[in-house]
Amino acid sequence: MISLTHYLVLAAVLFSIGLFGVITKRNAIAILMGIELMLNAVNINLVAFSRFIEPSDVVGQVFAVFIIVVAAAEVAVGLAIIIALARARQTIDAEELHLLKW
Amino acid sequence: MVIDLNLLLPEIFTGLLGVGLLVLFFLWRGEGVVRAIGYLAAVGLAVAAVLAYGTVALDTSTLQGTWLADPLAGYFKVVFLLSGVMVALLSLSYLERLGESLAEFFILLVFLTLSMMVVISAGDLITLYLALEFQVITFAIMIGYRRREGAATEAALKYILLNAFSSAILLFGLSLLFGLSGTVDISGIAAAVSAGSPQPALYLAVIFVLAGLAFKVSLVPFHMWTPDVYQGAPTPITGFLAAGSKAAGFALLIRLFLTIFAPVSTVWTTVFVVLSVLTIILGNFVAVPQTNMKRLLAYASVGSAGYMIMGLIAADVTGVEGVLFYAFMNVLAILGAFGVAVVFANATGRDDIEAYAGLSKRSPLLALVMLLSTLSIAGIPGLAGFVAKFVIFWAIIDKGLVALALLGVVMSIVAVFYFLRIAKVMYVFEPKEETPIRVAPAARIVLVASMVLTLVLGIYPAPLLDLAREVALAVLR
Repeated sequence: MISLTHYLVLAAVLFSIGLFGVITKRNAIAILMGIELMLNAVNINLVAFSRFIEPSDVVGQVFAVFIIVVAAAEVAVGLAIIIALARARQTIDAEELHLLKW
Repeated sequence: MVIDLNLLLPEIFTGLLGVGLLVLFFLWRGEGVVRAIGYLAAVGLAVAAVLAYGTVALDTSTLQGTWLADPLAGYFKVVFLLSGVMVALLSLSYLERLGESLAEFFILLVFLTLSMMVVISAGDLITLYLALEFQVITFAIMIGYRRREGAATEAALKYILLNAFSSAILLFGLSLLFGLSGTVDISGIAAAVSAGSPQPALYLAVIFVLAGLAFKVSLVPFHMWTPDVYQGAPTPITGFLAAGSKAAGFALLIRLFLTIFAPVSTVWTTVFVVLSVLTIILGNFVAVPQTNMKRLLAYASVGSAGYMIMGLIAADVTGVEGVLFYAFMNVLAILGAFGVAVVFANATGRDDIEAYAGLSKRSPLLALVMLLSTLSIAGIPGLAGFVAKFVIFWAIIDKGLVALALLGVVMSIVAVFYFLRIAKVMYVFEPKEETPIRVAPAARIVLVASMVLTLVLGIYPAPLLDLAREVALAVLR
């Protein structure tokens, strides 16, 4: 039997992997993918809580759907900015983005 | 279910204003359309500010609790709309220089203001998250507005990556809150959390929410994105980030920490003390060697967050009153300073402090506004910034944190030092060229209004303080 704890541990591991990716990756697209992993961890959390704590209410599932939609919008704008940057600077490597530094 | 649409009046008006301007822009593409839409946006936002002021006295909710119309929401809506008006007027002269200007800048600005208003009125976590992301995405587009310029696009990328990252962290904390209470309603969560003894998961939620919001208000060590983004963004938008976005973050901190997390206040006040100390020390000391005006103001703005968070550390009526007053005076002072930077860069195309040499001879108004705004941020008596810092220091001394208040005073002296350096450049140094700088009428209104209000609130702060106190009493009731 899979319990709530299993889901929460899975979400925590997924969140940590995403966090690790955001911090260590240098490619802007890879950083966006790390953020997506973190958001999916939150979705697992919400759906699991909703299923185990408040099974009659689907508010957790609704929240997860909203997060998926907003994440898609965010990635769209993020990728648009990355394309504009690639055109202007010929790089999307985070280490080389140091035009702004003191 | 009865929906009282009167409670949403400022938001409905602002939303219709944005859509209306968009339609107008599609239908009428002639000469002067940008200018007309800019003025219409400013006037419309001013009207919305009057409507929002009418909701300050309310204390109710609608749409089954997803929409709050309380004094805290009303007060901050006025702050956001006021900064929206000032930014719209400043953008008018900024877009002139840009040449290929489009009216969508103002339309996005209207929606940006709307997103902040929804953030503070959100009564449940879903609305809160949607409004926060609405704000992040719109800001990212505005920051990268000059998409052919490398620095602006780089700033936009840094902004969206770090804010999406911080939203994910915040969201993880919110999902834990949902798990603890089984509801997404903020008042429902607060009731569920305060019912029993605090569970370990609540502490975890505090840490995640705190880290997520600390990114948004740029507390050290979560401030790395701030100077880069502030420097790369279009200057009016930088001003909006420092005035409006920061106020929205603090509004949210007040909303969440003084209600949901009140039972575990001993934990988060300790964390906030550490963050506050780091923020005021780093923000003020790193500002000293800066040579770029926007970057210097960015670090000064980081320092301001360190002072504002002290009001939350006190977590009482005086402390919240101080934060509210600070948020208002910060709009005036920081937009005054960035306003001068906008006008100056328009005329000369430069942002470095060296270029400001002899500004008092080229434009006495610009030099005076810059002097008073920066000294207000530093907290010189007689200006609004002093009153804000005084109230906050009073609150934390009352809580026995005398050392923190002393550190705050010492760091204010550091701030006076680097701001007086700018004053010296403007007033003592000889100008390299003598040509006077023309100030456009729209920008002149903003600069004079911010200067006059800073002076008036410095000498006679009682009306705004009374209002802030009433709002603070309602928050902590």
